[in-house]
Amino acid sequence: MILVTGMGVLAPNGMGVERFWDAVLSGRGGIAPLTRFDASRSAARLAGQVADFDAAEHLPSRLLPQTDVSTRMALVAAQWALDDAKVDTATMTDYDMGVVTGNASGGFEFTHREFNKLWSLGSEHVSVYESFAWFYAVNTGQISIRHGMRGPSSALVAEQAGGLDAIGHARRTVRRGTPLVVTGGVDSALDPWGWASHLASGSVSTSTEPERAYLPFDVGAAGYVPGEGGAMLVVEDAAAARARGVPKVHGEIAGYASTFDPPPGSGRPSGLRRAAELALADAGMTPGDIDVVFADASGIPDRDRDEAAAIEAIFGPGGVPVTAPKPLTGRLFSGGGPLDIVTALLSVRDSVIPRTAYTTTLAEDYRIDLVLGAPRSATVGGALVLARGRWGFNSAVVVRAVSDRVLPGSES
Amino acid sequence: MTMTITELRRILVECAGGEDLAELGGDIAAVEFEELGYDSLALIETAARIQRDFGVTIPEEQLVEVKTPQELVDIVNAQLQDVA
Repeated sequence: MILVTGMGVLAPNGMGVERFWDAVLSGRGGIAPLTRFDASRSAARLAGQVADFDAAEHLPSRLLPQTDVSTRMALVAAQWALDDAKVDTATMTDYDMGVVTGNASGGFEFTHREFNKLWSLGSEHVSVYESFAWFYAVNTGQISIRHGMRGPSSALVAEQAGGLDAIGHARRTVRRGTPLVVTGGVDSALDPWGWASHLASGSVSTSTEPERAYLPFDVGAAGYVPGEGGAMLVVEDAAAARARGVPKVHGEIAGYASTFDPPPGSGRPSGLRRAAELALADAGMTPGDIDVVFADASGIPDRDRDEAAAIEAIFGPGGVPVTAPKPLTGRLFSGGGPLDIVTALLSVRDSVIPRTAYTTTLAEDYRIDLVLGAPRSATVGGALVLARGRWGFNSAVVVRAVSDRVLPGSES
Repeated sequence: MTMTITELRRILVECAGGEDLAELGGDIAAVEFEELGYDSLALIETAARIQRDFGVTIPEEQLVEVKTPQELVDIVNAQLQDVA
């Protein structure tokens, strides 16, 4: 059994798990006009920025010259997750700890700055740290170095689905014999170059109203808002976690699967339904065991329709509560799936399903029970988390409540 | 023109951080870079900055051998002497 024993969150609407959760339940959002640079001439100007993040408050100065903002956030979220799990790395064997992160954009802002120097000042002005600061595996690498984690480690790149893929692979890594893995995802690309790349998707909302910009499943859905941040988790083998006296367990990563969509224009359905069904099968669960679905909720009408149809096909019309808190944060790319996993585990803990923020009027052909208006009280024993990446990536993770008998100290 | 340990300290901090560490505040001339926490990448970055600020190119084979701030300052100043 693979347990989540630690969680660390850096989200646009809250730094730290409890502040984020409070924001989600009270509907406090982090979408605001982009301030990282002058975006006044941009077609889209809203973003989910982690506004209060000062890396120097949290990290040694040695790490600052060599890290992009996304890596700084990943390092801090990882530290918080390890603190939450009360992991003392000094007492553990370095090869017994691994790191698996998802990443969609690498060190965009750092790279943008160095490219600027390259063209304006010359190659001798480019930082030697650019050699790795840009790289998709940099968050994995820096977490590994900082905490002396030398076990099997990797990075997965699958746009918004990549964060769930990382968690799925972390689970596989634990099953293969690494007792503890730090996993999750953090992305940030809100510099001018990164912003241009976001806009190139053609699906970024051009609304100027933070509460009307990203409305998944709504009749007024017209794209999404990009954000930054994400979440890191500590996942552990249950027996190993018990042996080291883990203070608490947030839940179990019970199932995982990923699929690719068929080629565009093939007329075949997307791979989303199959990913969800495979994840359920992997968990040994049926649709009836799932108490809530955290939707990918792209806010792009075609994709929302496809996702609503997949959920309806699995659970029946209105057959399961569906929610999407991400309009409060924007889409966080690799950070989105792990943040939804944290939210799902908090739903399990507190028996409440957060609402889909801002969406008010479900498009009429979507036969899903979208949680709207206010959080809904519900016992949550199992949750299905979906994520879809641009270019056809679909991933699904099932998390489950852990019964008392596997909780720490319960053996005695 | 010559380079001082104080100038090297400034460049090290700008290139690779460390201003918050007490050991960097003392007499670092004879303390090995490794002990100060500056790795080979930090030294490559530092050498690039020295090249820009002082016009001195430190050959790679010399850079991998250098152990202490004093040795690095001596290499730089020897080249500055040759030029002068």
